[in-house]
Amino acid sequence: MSLEQQIVLSGLGGQGILFLSRLLAEAAIAGGFPVLASETHGMAQRGGVVVSHLKVGGFDSPLVRTGRADLLLVLKEENVPLHREFLTDGGVLIVNAAAPADAGPRVRVHAVDADALALSAGTPHAVNLVLLGFALARIGGGAAGGFFCTAGEVREALSRRQGAGGSRLSASLSALDLGIAHGT
Amino acid sequence: MSERILMQGNDAIARGLVAAGCAVAASYPGTPASEILSAIDRWRKTSGATMHVEWAVNEKVALEIAYTAAIAGLRAAVSMKQVGLNVASDPLLSAAYLGVTAGFLVVSADDPGPHSSQTEQDSRLLAMMSKVPVLDPASPAQAMALAGTGFDLSEAFGVPVMLRPTTRVCHANQDVDAPPFRPQGREARFVKDPSRWAATPVFRRVLHDRLAEKIAAIAAWPATAPIRVNPGVSREKAVVASGVVFAHARELFGELGISDRIALYQVIQPYPLHAAFIDHLLESYAEILVLEESAPVIEMQIADRHRVGGRMTGAVPVTGELLPEIVERLLSRFAGLPLPGRAASAQGGGRRPTLCPGCAHRSSFYGIRKAAPEGIYPSDIGCYTLGINLGAVDTVLCMGAAVSQAAGFDYAHRLSGKQVDIVATIGDSTFYHAGIPPLIDAVVQGARFVLVILDNGSTAMTGNQPTPGTGIGAGGQTTAAVDMEGLVRACGVRFCRTANPDLLPEYIALLKEALVHAREQGVAVVIARQPCAMVARIAGGKEAAAIVITAECTGCRHCVDRFECPSLVFDEAANRVRIDEMTCTGCGVCVHVCPVGAIRRSEGEDR
Repeated sequence: MSLEQQIVLSGLGGQGILFLSRLLAEAAIAGGFPVLASETHGMAQRGGVVVSHLKVGGFDSPLVRTGRADLLLVLKEENVPLHREFLTDGGVLIVNAAAPADAGPRVRVHAVDADALALSAGTPHAVNLVLLGFALARIGGGAAGGFFCTAGEVREALSRRQGAGGSRLSASLSALDLGIAHGT
Repeated sequence: MSERILMQGNDAIARGLVAAGCAVAASYPGTPASEILSAIDRWRKTSGATMHVEWAVNEKVALEIAYTAAIAGLRAAVSMKQVGLNVASDPLLSAAYLGVTAGFLVVSADDPGPHSSQTEQDSRLLAMMSKVPVLDPASPAQAMALAGTGFDLSEAFGVPVMLRPTTRVCHANQDVDAPPFRPQGREARFVKDPSRWAATPVFRRVLHDRLAEKIAAIAAWPATAPIRVNPGVSREKAVVASGVVFAHARELFGELGISDRIALYQVIQPYPLHAAFIDHLLESYAEILVLEESAPVIEMQIADRHRVGGRMTGAVPVTGELLPEIVERLLSRFAGLPLPGRAASAQGGGRRPTLCPGCAHRSSFYGIRKAAPEGIYPSDIGCYTLGINLGAVDTVLCMGAAVSQAAGFDYAHRLSGKQVDIVATIGDSTFYHAGIPPLIDAVVQGARFVLVILDNGSTAMTGNQPTPGTGIGAGGQTTAAVDMEGLVRACGVRFCRTANPDLLPEYIALLKEALVHAREQGVAVVIARQPCAMVARIAGGKEAAAIVITAECTGCRHCVDRFECPSLVFDEAANRVRIDEMTCTGCGVCVHVCPVGAIRRSEGEDR
């Protein structure tokens, strides 16, 4: 396949950005795509701004350039002004916010209050998966213009990561499904 | 294809090392190199290989242990971040002269930017100064391959070899084909040769001559020669790149459509740069642009100032990471294309890093400011550098310097007839790493300060590696543990007391006692001992009490400004503080911080 997709994931240290980018990278490999991702480590992880770049397809550089991201996933709304410049014209912003954020013209915005959903489900640490589930449902997966992978492929990648049948996996899958239900 | 797995760059380096038969590996954690050693231990278990894998007390010790294995006939590797290489530079320079009998790899990870370091220094310069060859991978996959190449190079010439990844290689994730494990089946056998292994200056001169000959030969070694990416007729211009900047450039060559007009070379071994390659470049091209991080190591070896552009000539920014946006502008200008319109992304700004909710360092710093409000606060390298947010960190220089700087401040002020309270902070891992010699020095010189050792039983900033005080090894096995109090007393310190900083009133009282001792009798040490909150969270500790803010909150901001817990959020509209339930650990230390008692445990209990 000749698909090429560039994704930027943004949040604060401790919100699970690294987990999300590795999960998506593994889903990409399972789908037969080459993948390159770039992570933030060290001091920034202590509650500071964390950003991951994910490039699916035939790339060499692990970094997404300004104006090149097809998709920007933001786990903390206050990061939108910092990272919206990554989006290409017509790119999609998925943001964890009670109301749609202002990302300027030529950007499609989808918002969901993933914090509230994750808290109400008793899994505040799974807010990352709630947002991912929402994104997969809202913009579609596996089809032209949508995510490079489907919700089913993400479920499979989660199962490989966390081991089928465990309580951790079922909590993760519930969080993903919660997001999917709100994005459908 | 089905065998391809996702690997972080550091994981890939580890796999490359273990696959090539590395038998001894040592490291001290530091971003961006920290994950290498723990991954080595994972691959050790996967492969079933017999190895010695250790978190050493510091980088110097780590290098000496691995180097010695390599002169005893076993393949060995040491990994560290670039400033760790400063600590290990003493044995490295000497080891280059003496050489090795089995493959020896020094993995030194640089941090252009810098993202998580004191400096953006280039380890390749230290390789050059040491006269050891250095390899510069552009991706996790290449880093994995070069680990094996590095061992081969090391054994072909009997020299230490440096593998120099950068943050963007260490912390990139890529789908890779993992190489099979190739056990070397070697036995340790040290062949005595005092004229070499204990060489005196007379022999050192001879060894230096031999090293120079080796370096000249390595500059012609085929396996690490530069690669021409787009073969074809020679043209006017060439771009020479190494490391991840090469990866950016290669991608941009395609996007900008300049592959048929400009030659692109990847340098794999920046030092020594292949001599024939230098001749080829100067014979073939009128203009050459060199793209590398972070010092002009390749550029300075191509001796033609009129045709070569790079960091030395100002054609490339002298400092900073070469992000792909910058490389795009450089290549566009070099190719005579219109410059891209968009400015570089606003990547800076945003919420600053802070100590975790429930972190006992916060209590430690809050208490220090209460006990010595007019003090000078030297500090050190670790999570607790973030005590700067709490106004309790005045200096950070390098590993261990908190102790010597505390002494230095005392001597300087005493000369001016001034008495100041000095309270230094250092983490447990940093104390073991480089804090002991300056503590001995301070005792001997009669320095007057309080040293607070922030003992959370973890090298937390880099991913919670064990410290010598924990009795846990790199593979989770039980090891001997060092008794911190005994160690401090053995340094000659007469006041050494331990407290839990989360019990704020008692801890502050102890600090005041220590200050009195310091003013009158000399160095006092307070060990502030409480496990890392992140370790406790992962382990799933006891059920925490919920914290509530009562209607008595006056909105004075004391807790948010002076205690700075991310779980205490100031609600501007309501002019009061609220608890962020997403992050609060319920540690309850803030109960002691509120001046009007508006922060309470929900069940109304106080400890």
